Amino acid sequence: MNPKNTPLPSNPTNPIIEVRDFNFMYGSAQALYDISLDIGEKEVTALIGPSGCGKSTFLRCFNRMNDLIDNTRIPGGTIKISDVDIYHKDIDVIELRKHVGMVFQKSNPFPKSIYENIAYGLRIQGIKRKNEIDQVVEECLRGAALWDEVKDRLSDSALGMSGGQQQRLCIARALAVKPKIILMDEPCSALDPVATAKVEELIHVLKENYTIVIVTHNMQQAARLSDRTAFFYLGKLIEYGPNEQVFMNPENPKTEAYVSGRFG
Amino acid sequence: MASEIPHSFVKRSSHKKRIEALAVNLFRQMTYLVILAAAYIFVDITINGSKAVFQSTAPYVNVQFLTDKPQTLHVFEPRETYETMQQVRSQILVLETKNRGLGESDPELSNSYAQQIKALDAQYESLDAQRKETRLKYSDREYRALEVSPDLSNYKHDTYAYSGGGIGPAIIGTCLLVLGSIAIALVLGLLCAVYLSEYSRPGKILQAVRLSILNLSGVPSIVFGLFGFGMFVLFFGWGVSLIAGWFTLAIMALPVIITASEESMRAIPRGFREGALALGATKWTSVRTNVLPYALPGILTSSIMGIARVAGETAPIMFTAAYALRDQLPWEGLEHPSDFLFQGVMALPYHIYVVSSKIPQNEYTRDMQYGTAFVFLLIVGFFALTSILLRIRVRSKYKW
Ligand SMILES: Nc1ncnc2c1ncn2[C@@H]1O[C@H](COP(=O)(O)OP(=O)(O)OP(=O)(O)O)[C@@H](O)[C@H]1O
Ligand SMILES: [Mg+2]
Repeated sequence: MNPKNTPLPSNPTNPIIEVRDFNFMYGSAQALYDISLDIGEKEVTALIGPSGCGKSTFLRCFNRMNDLIDNTRIPGGTIKISDVDIYHKDIDVIELRKHVGMVFQKSNPFPKSIYENIAYGLRIQGIKRKNEIDQVVEECLRGAALWDEVKDRLSDSALGMSGGQQQRLCIARALAVKPKIILMDEPCSALDPVATAKVEELIHVLKENYTIVIVTHNMQQAARLSDRTAFFYLGKLIEYGPNEQVFMNPENPKTEAYVSGRFG
Repeated sequence: MASEIPHSFVKRSSHKKRIEALAVNLFRQMTYLVILAAAYIFVDITINGSKAVFQSTAPYVNVQFLTDKPQTLHVFEPRETYETMQQVRSQILVLETKNRGLGESDPELSNSYAQQIKALDAQYESLDAQRKETRLKYSDREYRALEVSPDLSNYKHDTYAYSGGGIGPAIIGTCLLVLGSIAIALVLGLLCAVYLSEYSRPGKILQAVRLSILNLSGVPSIVFGLFGFGMFVLFFGWGVSLIAGWFTLAIMALPVIITASEESMRAIPRGFREGALALGATKWTSVRTNVLPYALPGILTSSIMGIARVAGETAPIMFTAAYALRDQLPWEGLEHPSDFLFQGVMALPYHIYVVSSKIPQNEYTRDMQYGTAFVFLLIVGFFALTSILLRIRVRSKYKW
């Protein structure tokens, strides 16, 4: 691999995810080229870049969601989470996905009650005790700052909630299986500014306990929320570093052009 | 612009608009034609069929027709009335011949003939009504139970095959056939559909499989009948039996069920699956809890409709499951419980076929045919209605 392609990341000192020379292909089309970076524990890391540059693809590599797509390949490189190579053949993807939760761009609450949405992650693990589930549901809804809004209508359909509430419900649902890492793919792209602010607030709180990797198109959001930002362009990692560096003092002219809104 | 056109949007007739109006009219008329044809069929069967199924006295439903076995009908016509009728008829014939021989030559005479014929016709009608009132009808069982049979000097005795009794065994047989084949077809079809829509990898092979399944639904039903006969009746040695009929009907309904189920599952948003998988669900768990329940309403409706259609086919059961006449009900005279599966049954569509084409037609078979068709319509309608109600129930439980 060509190490010149990957700028030396200014890495966090306490990495939980370590990516080395990672490549990814959809069939014969390469989507990621030689990505190397470390993601710090209990930090918020933002992935930014123009549309189609591979942010979602990269994010979905952390919980191996890309396994679901046919004909995908990893021609080289490794991703380690807590020092374990997650693409090793002995890895149980189910366990990995419990460890690495995900929130999708389009909020996707299940068409069940609010309560059952949170309980789902427990039920599929075979947990049946009602008081245990009750407790987790309350815990997660409080954790997602949703408890006060919905505590009186837990048995109502989740589809009756507002868009912002639905997205926070999806975050709460992800919390129920007690992940260490939460991946978020443009969680606010379909939300109005007020709902966005609430989700951002929530992410700020979650940072205390979870490692968060978030894809966003909103530069201000990345600057506000994250500790570090990675800028992708055409499948390559162009620049990675603390926010001050990427947004105020970028090393690469492309980064500068993108964050200042001159292309993208 | 000319002064008679006040503004640019004024209505103007044009060639295009005339064609448009014509086309709309054509579409409308054709639709009405189809509705009319359908209505005629239903009304005809309902009116004529109700004569056999309903009656004017106490229970209002002809219980014997719905529960009894088909039997030979014994009819005793009142001899006197009958003979008078014959005479009247021959008088009418004579007059008609005379009238025809007259041609245009004597309009006055011809007029008087016509009036005589009219009077005789009226007499014939009234005699016929009288005959219908005084004649005696017995099913075979009733006839045998009679202590004294009617005096043959007063009555004329006739027998008509299949025209007496009822269609109880055929109703039961059809219900058994439909229920069993629904169960088999749903299980097989769902398994296939889950595999095709959730697990298989897209590609040429999958396309070929899908295409051949689709083509299967175009195969004529008689071919399925022969297939079932060769496969289940002969090769598996099940004989003409309920179970052979189940499998033949199920296989015939499979293409519809697989296609419809696959479609219903495809319509479930990807987010439901991904959401479950991202929480650490296995693929099967996500399909079972987050795809199948929401696809169920669509699957059930189209499947049951498909089966109801197939259940009406005569050809597939003709060689595999149906007896023209069977004296015992399916649960009578079993030596082993498993014999239940390996017995032939009567079925409504086959019974209609037998009654309409295998025996001489007369006024008594008509009632039987129409009655059977009417009951059959009711049963098919019942299954369709059940599927719709089921769909509404499931749908309100799993709304999205
Ligand atoms: N399922 C797929 N099959 C084939 N190619 C894909 C697939 N998904 C994405 N790609 C390709 O991979 C590249 C990266 O896509 P990706 O979705 O990761 O971009 P992105 O940065 O998330 O874009 P956006 O900001 O629009 O979400 C694109 O060129 C895209 O066409
Ligand atoms: Mg994306």
